[in-house]
Amino acid sequence: MANTTTSVAPARSEAPGAGALVAGRPKRRYTLLTRQDKLLIALMVGIPLALDLALIWGPTLASIVLSFTNWDGIGSVTAKNFVGFKNYVFMFTGYTLFWPAFTHNLIWLAWLTFIATPLGMLFAVLLDRDMRGTRIYQSVFFLPVVLSLVVVGFIWELQYSPTDGFLNNAFGLVKSGHLIDWLGNPRINLFAVLVAASWRHIGYVMILYLAGLKSVDPSLREAARVDGATEVQTFFNVVLPVMAPINIIIVVVTAIEALRAFDIAFIINQGKNGLELLSILITNNSVSEASLVGFGSAIAVILLVISLGPIILFLSRTMRTAS
Amino acid sequence: MGDSADAKRLRNRLALPYSDVELPLNLDLSRRDLLKIAGYGSLAAFIAACGGGTTTTTSVTAKGGTMSLGSYSSDAAPKKGLQDVIDAFTAANGGTKVKINTVDHGTFQNQINSYLQGTPEDAFTWFSGHRMRFFADKGLAAQVDDVWNDVKSNFTEGFAASIKGNDGHAYAVPTSYYPWALFYRKDVFAAGNYKIPTTWDALKALCDQMKKDGLTPIAFADKDGWPAMGTFDILNLRLNGYDFHTELCVGKQKWTDPRVANVFKKWSEITPYYSQAFAGLTWQEAAQQLLKKKAGMYLLGLFVSEQFIQSGSTAELDQLDFFPFPDMGTQYDAEKALDAPIDVYMLAKKSPTLNADSGQAKAFLEFMSKGSSQMTFWKSAPGAIPTANDADPSQFPALTKKAVQIVSSAKRITQFFDRDSRPDFSGPNSMQGFLLKYLSNPKADTSSLQGQMQSFWDSLPPES
Repeated sequence: MANTTTSVAPARSEAPGAGALVAGRPKRRYTLLTRQDKLLIALMVGIPLALDLALIWGPTLASIVLSFTNWDGIGSVTAKNFVGFKNYVFMFTGYTLFWPAFTHNLIWLAWLTFIATPLGMLFAVLLDRDMRGTRIYQSVFFLPVVLSLVVVGFIWELQYSPTDGFLNNAFGLVKSGHLIDWLGNPRINLFAVLVAASWRHIGYVMILYLAGLKSVDPSLREAARVDGATEVQTFFNVVLPVMAPINIIIVVVTAIEALRAFDIAFIINQGKNGLELLSILITNNSVSEASLVGFGSAIAVILLVISLGPIILFLSRTMRTAS
Repeated sequence: MGDSADAKRLRNRLALPYSDVELPLNLDLSRRDLLKIAGYGSLAAFIAACGGGTTTTTSVTAKGGTMSLGSYSSDAAPKKGLQDVIDAFTAANGGTKVKINTVDHGTFQNQINSYLQGTPEDAFTWFSGHRMRFFADKGLAAQVDDVWNDVKSNFTEGFAASIKGNDGHAYAVPTSYYPWALFYRKDVFAAGNYKIPTTWDALKALCDQMKKDGLTPIAFADKDGWPAMGTFDILNLRLNGYDFHTELCVGKQKWTDPRVANVFKKWSEITPYYSQAFAGLTWQEAAQQLLKKKAGMYLLGLFVSEQFIQSGSTAELDQLDFFPFPDMGTQYDAEKALDAPIDVYMLAKKSPTLNADSGQAKAFLEFMSKGSSQMTFWKSAPGAIPTANDADPSQFPALTKKAVQIVSSAKRITQFFDRDSRPDFSGPNSMQGFLLKYLSNPKADTSSLQGQMQSFWDSLPPES
């Protein structure tokens, strides 16, 4: 069980930030709070804390413990289920799908960061310029965001299907007999899926950014114009720095979207044949009929460790603004 | 569980605690019976009268009441078939209400572990083979020896073996099965003057001819991951025999064996004849290629006929035919082995209502064992064949009769890879993924792939 405590350690690195908040409050022996106030505060803190412990930290710790077992999800975990680091050793050395899945998540992150998110921002900037029909464009780009990723997956499956799909038929590939297997070819299917994911992600980023742009003080832009700055200069030197809080949110949203990427790939082919993702390996190993709960948990722990990066970044930023 | 079995049976037969209001309506008592009850004033006479009022001879029947059923029959045709059977059951069983929970077929399978451990329905649809024995071993399926004793005379020995757990007890009733074979259209074969290939070389020659004639020789689709296992099964059975195949499925043989390499090597001789972009096609799309005369043959289960039925034209269905996979020139050709998976109905031990509904649920299982019920289901879902001896084969079309015949003439029958092997080895990120990887470049050397398969197998926890 010593393993368990060491694995939790990274999570504690958030503690200084949280501690600072509490330390800032002066400690006194006497208090202005009545007993009722104290009870109220205890309830208001206690209930969310209990929920947090039960729904977030409990399962997290359980996953970490389970990652050292070979439990099959049936019955209770007994001493003979514990196998030490076997799951981790196999994951990194023997499991041929771990590194591809890890790479696919990285490609997902890179695609969203360098293609989808900038596109969303670009659309936001363009739509912010009070062009004609801006409401219509906004609605069109935002529409996919309203759809669940499962529905998005279905829609794009219809576009990509080799013989019946829209794309191959529209380009006459079905007639000419040179089918492109958008979703079945492991070299291209990840990118086909990323296009589908971006279709939704662009609208999401656009709406977030548009809201931010609307809140930028117009006098800043006017001042920049008076000083003779071009549109591009104004955006990069004035608007972008003012938008720093929104930018952070968008970075975090993008990172989280890339890490939790799951739905579309799972809908399309249960995440095999080039669409392996960490989240899918977790599901297919631990939730499915396979029921390798221990091994799936080990992958989940790795995903947790990776996720801590953007989470810490986000928390430290919000804590800083709060203090 | 405090009740003795007898008391429970009695209560179930009377359906007293749960439907006492409906009791007078459900019992078919004659005036004389009522007089008898009044006269003797005893419970025993009451039961005797009830028994006399029905024609059922089985021991576990309960009238009225309710029961629940978890079903993976989510496709329209089998779903309707099951509903018809349930309606018939309700009518025949004094108005027993059946609450049916239909879950998407794939989802049902993926969630079976948590489903059976949570609050499952009383009865559920499942598969025979290793997949059934696994849940029996884990104590998640209820024994149904009493049901089986009532109905076993209606089944052949093979089916009797298929529903036994490793402990020798009965855990299911078999309700349907279907063979895997090479399907084709009679009119396409007639138009092209094609002969049914009985050897591997003849099959390849036929493929060449079809290709020349502008057909896709063999329809193939593996987006779902499992269809490729059917081809692996039959090639392994033909080349290496039933014993090797079943031992490989349970880990008694190694995936690094040169005999496995030989399967992949032979397989690569027909992959050039497959549908284009097969890794992105669903089996339904490949079935459409056969239906629309774009493809010549298709190795799949009898359920491929459901796509022909859905086309709405009986003329199309009449054209569908099949032949067994050709001989490969080994000593194992004589086994005539094939995949013929059996679908079953089981009882979930952890169902919170099973204690109360036990009589109804067992009556339902017995009802499902009747040829007449299976025929009702078969009418909507003719992709699977009734298992009961008293199912009336005279109603079967030629295709189904032939399917019965091909299975009964096989000396060895397997269930299907994902029913014969461990579930954690047959999933999308294991066997399905391995086969897709192989199929993405069939001509490549498979030794590293086989090494990966074996090391994955070795990483799996012990099963018991």
